[in-house]
Amino acid sequence: MEIIQHLLDGFLIAFEPLNLGLVIVGVTVGLFIGAMPGLGSVNGVAILLPLTFLVPPTSAIIFLAAIYYGAMYGGAISSIMLGIPGASTAVATTFDGRPLALKGLADKALIAAAIASFFGGTVSIILFTGFAPALASVALDFGDQEIFALMLLAFATFVGLGGDDIPKTIFSICIGLVFSAVGMDIISGTPRLVFFDITGFLHGINFLVLAIGVYGIGEMLWTIDSTRGNPSMSKVQISVERTFTHMKDVLKEWKPAWIGSLLGFFVGILPAAGATPGSLMAYGISKMTSKNPEGYGKGEVGGVIAPEAANNSASTGAMLPMLTLGIPGSPTTAILLGGMVIWGMVPGPLMFVEQSDFVWGLTASLYAANFFAVVINILFIPVFLWVLKMPFTILAPVIFVLCLVGGYAPTEDMHDVWLMVIFGFGAYLLRKLDYPLAPAVLAIVLGPIAEPALRQSLIISGGDATVFFTRPIAGPITIIAIVLLFLPLVQLIRKKRKKAREAQS
Amino acid sequence: MNFSRRSLLGLAVLAGVGFGAVAPAQAFEPVKPVDFVIMAGKGGGADKMARLMQTIVEKHNMASKPLIPINKPGGSGAEALVHVQNAKDQDHTIMVTLNSFYTTPMRQPGLGVDSLKFAPIARMAEDTFLLWVNKDSGLTTFDQWVDHVKKEGDKWVMGGTGKLQEDQLITDFLNANFGLKMKYVPYKGGGTVAKQLAGNHISSSVNNPSEIEGFFKAGTAVPLVAFTNDRLSAFPDAPTMKEKGVDFAYYMQRSVVGAPGMSQEAQDYYTALFKKVYDSKEWQDYRTSKSLYGDFLTGDALRDYWKVNNETHRAMLAKMGAS
Repeated sequence: MEIIQHLLDGFLIAFEPLNLGLVIVGVTVGLFIGAMPGLGSVNGVAILLPLTFLVPPTSAIIFLAAIYYGAMYGGAISSIMLGIPGASTAVATTFDGRPLALKGLADKALIAAAIASFFGGTVSIILFTGFAPALASVALDFGDQEIFALMLLAFATFVGLGGDDIPKTIFSICIGLVFSAVGMDIISGTPRLVFFDITGFLHGINFLVLAIGVYGIGEMLWTIDSTRGNPSMSKVQISVERTFTHMKDVLKEWKPAWIGSLLGFFVGILPAAGATPGSLMAYGISKMTSKNPEGYGKGEVGGVIAPEAANNSASTGAMLPMLTLGIPGSPTTAILLGGMVIWGMVPGPLMFVEQSDFVWGLTASLYAANFFAVVINILFIPVFLWVLKMPFTILAPVIFVLCLVGGYAPTEDMHDVWLMVIFGFGAYLLRKLDYPLAPAVLAIVLGPIAEPALRQSLIISGGDATVFFTRPIAGPITIIAIVLLFLPLVQLIRKKRKKAREAQS
Repeated sequence: MNFSRRSLLGLAVLAGVGFGAVAPAQAFEPVKPVDFVIMAGKGGGADKMARLMQTIVEKHNMASKPLIPINKPGGSGAEALVHVQNAKDQDHTIMVTLNSFYTTPMRQPGLGVDSLKFAPIARMAEDTFLLWVNKDSGLTTFDQWVDHVKKEGDKWVMGGTGKLQEDQLITDFLNANFGLKMKYVPYKGGGTVAKQLAGNHISSSVNNPSEIEGFFKAGTAVPLVAFTNDRLSAFPDAPTMKEKGVDFAYYMQRSVVGAPGMSQEAQDYYTALFKKVYDSKEWQDYRTSKSLYGDFLTGDALRDYWKVNNETHRAMLAKMGAS
């Protein structure tokens, strides 16, 4: 009951006119920042951080959190409409969001994204409200061994992601892993794979550079090629009736919504992971457990719901280690944490006791931000759909420019823009050869988390790999991952046997 | 953001041309937003401090043109050093540095970077280091710790930030001077190291106070010894290394430098600017609350300080067989 009292106090703070106004402005700004390719919540929060000195700390964090939240909603928009991930957290949304838009169901995909985001956000805030301190200790129990086991699980769920061609999927994962290894190796303290001594490789290959290259430029080339430069974008009608039918359809998809919400929240609270891996894993698991896994990647609404529920859920989850442990769970919370230091706060285990107003004001404002984000998002859908009515000859150059801006924004380095264009052409060629590309994107996200965790574990254990099986949390996760990894193989053998038997009889 | 910055740049270039044509050499004022390069990633200790400086400048309207923070974390600062060294507009490029300012050029001679060529603007602080254990270890004094770690041999795991950087230099010092065989495991940032200590995944750490403060206040992390000249007021019970019989102190510089070749006028301008930041109430409060050392230093005094530190680090790296 104490919690409810705290939460009510928090609502009094969140509904002060200044704070409520900041929530609405923040969510709207966030929505557009998220929708701009390349500009994600990290950039938005970093740019607006100095402005927050004008208001008290609690209002400041409410504003920044609202931007963070809005950006999670907004990221889906360009993923669905243009096929370019609006933010790194929305890459998984392109997998099915884009095919849906091409089928003329962009409105359905947008509604699914908005509702899933709302659902994921709500579930995670409730978990946050009820169990924050307890969950913080779970995050502490996660050492390097557990993180590696979890990453292994993520890879395992994705082996099935690229269709049935497992060798090609594994090849794609390997390419992604090689790219993820470029740059500084923190374990040996030396740069590696700095091709041709180009200094731009020292900061590694930014994941967004690959994602925008593959899904923005690669996708555009593919469209031009497959339609001979004259694509007929299927027109979308907007009507209230259609909207309600879509809503009904979306509400039936409860399974991916729950998978995304719970998994996203859990991955979010683990330091170092964040919303991007959370949404990719949610997509993988949702596909695996779906009745219609073949439909994923071709425009299955569950493939939009799972990652969108997950990225909103993870963004709330990531605030938990930030507040209770002083460790950011995602790049954006790292900036928020910097803000808290500037405002003179000490995040840590005592935060909930010493800065109770701040924490509960923030929590309550998350409920408000979530509500306003879904309302504002749905109201804007007709505006977004208008984009699709533009002729392709206009849309294509716009997409191209947005890709370039998106490649430049995260690092402000022309090197990355060139790299992105090269990736775009490479992706187009690989796609012509039927290679799945999502696993490469997954690998470049998870590689930099998995690799140091593996090596740190092995240094601590003195090279003994059994630690992944014997530790209480890591053990079961590793075993599940290995089972999942070999599942497709078993299925393959079974299929062959069945065929052989049929041939005999 | 990009468009507005572009157009600002365009305007600034035009203004600069006009300005340069009429105005003779006089007091420098930036004519466009200043590139404020940060030698570390977003959210780390160096980044937090740089953003605090930027916020103080904005809050008190100290500068006519804003500082634009740019993170260049690649290659332990190699990317930032090369970027600033090759800056086309030296008078509008400054950088926040730490100790990789010394060690990175030594460890990657291929970069062709000479730290002493950078323009000394201001040393804003020196961060301090302490030795930390988890309270579950039951260790409360440094002497107990030495005895215990001796017995544990290489089962004792010291976590730290990066390889052959500050934390490992201190670990190496402890191993060499107290006959220990601790194993060193590098992590990406000080916050992660603190978390690993709190979760008992590593046995000890040498975090900066700002990184581990939360766990110290909660009683999870216990400081055993300070690598400073005097005891820190925030941790009065932690003796200095000197009291323990070895005269050793180690600090992390938090300095602002200008691009090599920056004009004297520009250097004077930035020095005056950062002196204002240093004197501000916010910065002084931050220094006190985070147990920072090191007074304001600029010009030749700062360069001399770099020279001394360069040699210290060269010797430390040579001992570790790294350079």
